[in-house]
Amino acid sequence: MSDDATAGGPVEARLPAWAADYWANDLVKIGATLAAVYAVYLVIGALLGYDLSGQLNSLRRLTFLIVLYSIAALVVNLHWGYSGLFNIGVVGFMATGVYTTTMLSRPLQGQNPTGTLPGLGLPFPVAVVGGVLAAAAVGYVAALPSLRLRDDYFAIVTLAFAEIIRITVKASELQEFTVFGVTLGTGGGRGIRTYPNPVDEFFAGPGQPVVEAVSALGVDGSLVAGWAFVLVLVVLLAGVYLLITRLAESPFGRVLKAIRDDEQATLGLAKDTASFKIRAFIVGCAVLGLLGIVWQGSQGYVSPSLFIPQLTFFIWIAVIVGGAGSNTGSIVGTILFVGVVYLGPDYLRRLVEEYVSLSGSVPTFPGAVGALAGGDPQGVLLYTLDQTSTLRVVLTGVFLVWLLRTNPDGLFGDRREIASSIDLEDRVERRRARGDADGQEGGGSE
Amino acid sequence: MTASSDVDATDETELDDADADERAADPDATGRPAEPLLEVDSLTKSFGGIDALNGVTFDVTAGMLTGLIGPNGAGKSTTFNVISGVFPPDSGTVRFGGEDVTGLAPNETASRGLVRTFQMAREFRNMTVLENLMVAPKAQVGETAWRSVLPGARGAVSDQEEEVFERAWSMLEFFDIDHLALENAGNLSGGQRKLLELARALMLDPEMLLLDEPFAGVNPSLESKLLERIETLRDRGQTFLLVEHDMDLIMEHCERVIVMHQGRTLVTGTPEEVQSQEEVVEAYLGGNVA
Amino acid sequence: MITYIPAIAQPPHVLSSVVDRVQRRTRLGKHGWAVLGVAFGVVLLLDLVRRLLSGDLTVALLVGYLWNGLTYGLVIGLAGVGLSLTYDLLEFANFAHGDYITVSAFVGWGAAYLIAGFGRFDPGSLFFLGVGGTLYPGDVGVSVTTAPVAILGGLVVAAAAGAVVAVTLDRVVYRSMRGMDAISLLIASIGVAFVLRYLTIYVFTQQAFGLTVSAWTYGVALPGGTVNVSAPTLLLVASSLAAMAGVHLLLTRTKLGKAMRAMAANRSLARVTGIPSERVILATWLIGGALAGLAGFMIALLQGTITYQIGWTLLLLVFAGVIMGGIGSVYGAIVGGVLIGLITRVSLVWIPASFTEAMGFLIMILILLTRPQGLFGGETA
Repeated sequence: MSDDATAGGPVEARLPAWAADYWANDLVKIGATLAAVYAVYLVIGALLGYDLSGQLNSLRRLTFLIVLYSIAALVVNLHWGYSGLFNIGVVGFMATGVYTTTMLSRPLQGQNPTGTLPGLGLPFPVAVVGGVLAAAAVGYVAALPSLRLRDDYFAIVTLAFAEIIRITVKASELQEFTVFGVTLGTGGGRGIRTYPNPVDEFFAGPGQPVVEAVSALGVDGSLVAGWAFVLVLVVLLAGVYLLITRLAESPFGRVLKAIRDDEQATLGLAKDTASFKIRAFIVGCAVLGLLGIVWQGSQGYVSPSLFIPQLTFFIWIAVIVGGAGSNTGSIVGTILFVGVVYLGPDYLRRLVEEYVSLSGSVPTFPGAVGALAGGDPQGVLLYTLDQTSTLRVVLTGVFLVWLLRTNPDGLFGDRREIASSIDLEDRVERRRARGDADGQEGGGSE
Repeated sequence: MTASSDVDATDETELDDADADERAADPDATGRPAEPLLEVDSLTKSFGGIDALNGVTFDVTAGMLTGLIGPNGAGKSTTFNVISGVFPPDSGTVRFGGEDVTGLAPNETASRGLVRTFQMAREFRNMTVLENLMVAPKAQVGETAWRSVLPGARGAVSDQEEEVFERAWSMLEFFDIDHLALENAGNLSGGQRKLLELARALMLDPEMLLLDEPFAGVNPSLESKLLERIETLRDRGQTFLLVEHDMDLIMEHCERVIVMHQGRTLVTGTPEEVQSQEEVVEAYLGGNVA
Repeated sequence: MITYIPAIAQPPHVLSSVVDRVQRRTRLGKHGWAVLGVAFGVVLLLDLVRRLLSGDLTVALLVGYLWNGLTYGLVIGLAGVGLSLTYDLLEFANFAHGDYITVSAFVGWGAAYLIAGFGRFDPGSLFFLGVGGTLYPGDVGVSVTTAPVAILGGLVVAAAAGAVVAVTLDRVVYRSMRGMDAISLLIASIGVAFVLRYLTIYVFTQQAFGLTVSAWTYGVALPGGTVNVSAPTLLLVASSLAAMAGVHLLLTRTKLGKAMRAMAANRSLARVTGIPSERVILATWLIGGALAGLAGFMIALLQGTITYQIGWTLLLLVFAGVIMGGIGSVYGAIVGGVLIGLITRVSLVWIPASFTEAMGFLIMILILLTRPQGLFGGETA
């Protein structure tokens, strides 16, 4: 609504006029980028000889990751893009959410048929609320004293908090403990079984006929629950997008924007800037808690090793691609990040394996180098293909540095998003139209 | 110079209404004609062993345009910073409207009605001119995060946004910068930024405005426009404390003048009184006249 | 004459005033926090004495903690010098510093293995530490006492590798970003960190490598048990002291060192004279990188194992030491590192082993909040 078509970002400049008009609409930007990435993946799927189920599953995984990373990117954008809070402890808040929900919702001791770790036995929705509140509370504790720190110190503090949380859930002392006669635990380094995914449960129970109907069409029935869960996540993303966009386009967001430009001048306008920053931080942390609950929790099992800084790093890159300060940019950036950088290398590997005939395997790097020295380049290729997921991170790092040097504002960084709950451009136009009319009647007093 | 020569009549009433509302809402602000609005007593402040302020004492009476002058390094900006709470004084007190505000944070002094502008204009450069003004008003319901988000509660936010927009628009027209409403503030000229900053400060309905060299870097035609606006507002009852080192300008336009020199107040009085003081002439002629 | 008050009189930083105000509010004052901290320390000390007297804690155990803390702290301190210097000089937190430690430790240990097993095993297997299970520590038999030449050689190579990595990355990445804001550089350094970390995985996989066979150890008999002083720890202390002496001489006796100190001591002068000369920057990376390499080799020696995470897990503690000692101070970084080492180990008296690192982080956060200029730093304006 507040997009300025005349501002002309780097994308607009390269499009023909008719396309640039459409591009002005935020949803079109997101949709067009998503469609382009989908199309590429369908072509890749076809090249790999995927059947319908294969294609659907490939797109499901793509969408699943895009949606989850988008939610995280929106939060990072709220923290950094709007509030200037450099949070590199994103994973810590996600871990707080999922671990709290797990510990609250696991069945009480004695009511636990599988013999795994007991919990507080609270109903799942209550446990979810508890997880979100816990993440918000940790955010409050982390941010309250740190708000007056410089950006880089704030970053170090958030990272330290994330590590403290990881150390805590990993601690053998908390693997299983008893307080007030109730036994519960984090599972320590071995991790903990989380909670059943309600969507899966639905399709295993009352929703079974849908699965059967789909199977009858010759499509893998397990895709039903998978896609249904993705759709639930899409709704969640829409909610978070609405939440953060509304916040950004409100008087609240306007103050945040002012703080980013000049905190001291904002203080001079009677705004308690610390309060605004802390509220923005807490809202973001609560969303991160929820994200942890639906993301890591949905896999049925969590362990401390999931919450390593790599995840935070990926989320940040998605935001930087899109340009900090723009919600639409964060989502478009995430689509490109997941489609190209995150999943791309793996699909490239599959294509190479499909179309280049390679045989044998080279398990170690010295083996590969030895083969190369012996005049056989295939060894290095084979070894490298095995290491795609590792090299993906290397490439991401190189890409990040390149991006910072060439295009630090990202795709949408220079975009103007006016912060007001009403459409100010429209109001100004109307006032000007009225002013012109008055001016003609009055007959030019100047 | 007549006050309302090129000011839209409707705007004038709106601004007056706003002032009246403010006073009615604030019991302190009503019957206090004799009491000075701002009382500064024996302020000292040093930085790394250098005394920036060394006994600053003066009063500012409500409804007046008071000038604070002094050569470079006399401590004028530091005085402003201490009064507005950018940093607390080492000793001394600041009272505003009878209340001790010494060492309060800038947002706290501002919310009590003591609003300042800066020597180097500090516009929000990545925001439009209109947004710059709309940030300022106090107690906006939409500053409560959940009200801006929850369906139901947003109606009140939008309604108030319309009001804030109308006020901001009047202010833009008052300062003749309405044609720049949707321009990014960072693209404005130095003089326009000064206008913008004054307009933004006025959006807070301040009891008193502290203007730190509002004419620095402003071209002569814009300067006279700015002066005219300040006098118009003064005639409507607005209190000003103005830092300036252009002696002539202060002597011509201010009702009272405070002279600072080497971190302390030298003399206080009407321009005529001050001009006749020998110390003042010495302070200026003996030092580096700006 | 009218004295002109220099630029200091301008609002120095909005933050410092907030600090003033918080201290005003909490009525603790500038020294209040220090008093509170000292009081807490005294209480802990008294409790320590009580535990020693009551026999809850044996002298041997406490001395063991102190010795471990000292050796661990020296590693943190050595690693911190480079981080502290570049943080101060180039004004950004280099999050890749931990991975400089990792990469140079791997290279150094590869060299040590090459020297130790030369002629007996395939050089490729040796240099890559037998990745994929082609070679085991027992086969090569590296330890401080059985293969001192290999260890010393590895030490030197690790230091050289650290210097090369640091300078190369400065040339390739940071040099063209000089003058960009601290956060862009910080984000870039995170990118560099991941490139290094995952290149290490590419070459060495995520395997944890055992490195050494057991070396000579001297048991010091104390009330309540013995404290083992091993050859690696002695080597660590000796080489750390040598490195520190070297850096001290470099900083105080050479022209370049004096330029570096001048730049670190007087930031405003450095600003006036413009961006610090490339020569000083180069020297800073060289020294910092070499010490990081040394620290990397030593921490692997101390632990007897190495993984791709060895430097990253150390990084936050290194930050803690640097912040404690005051950013920009060489000696502060070392003292801060040793303090962090001691704190994390001695805290075992009160808290379980799982949380000792977290204790180091907490201390760092407390320092940032109460004394961001570091324990030994001067008052900031």
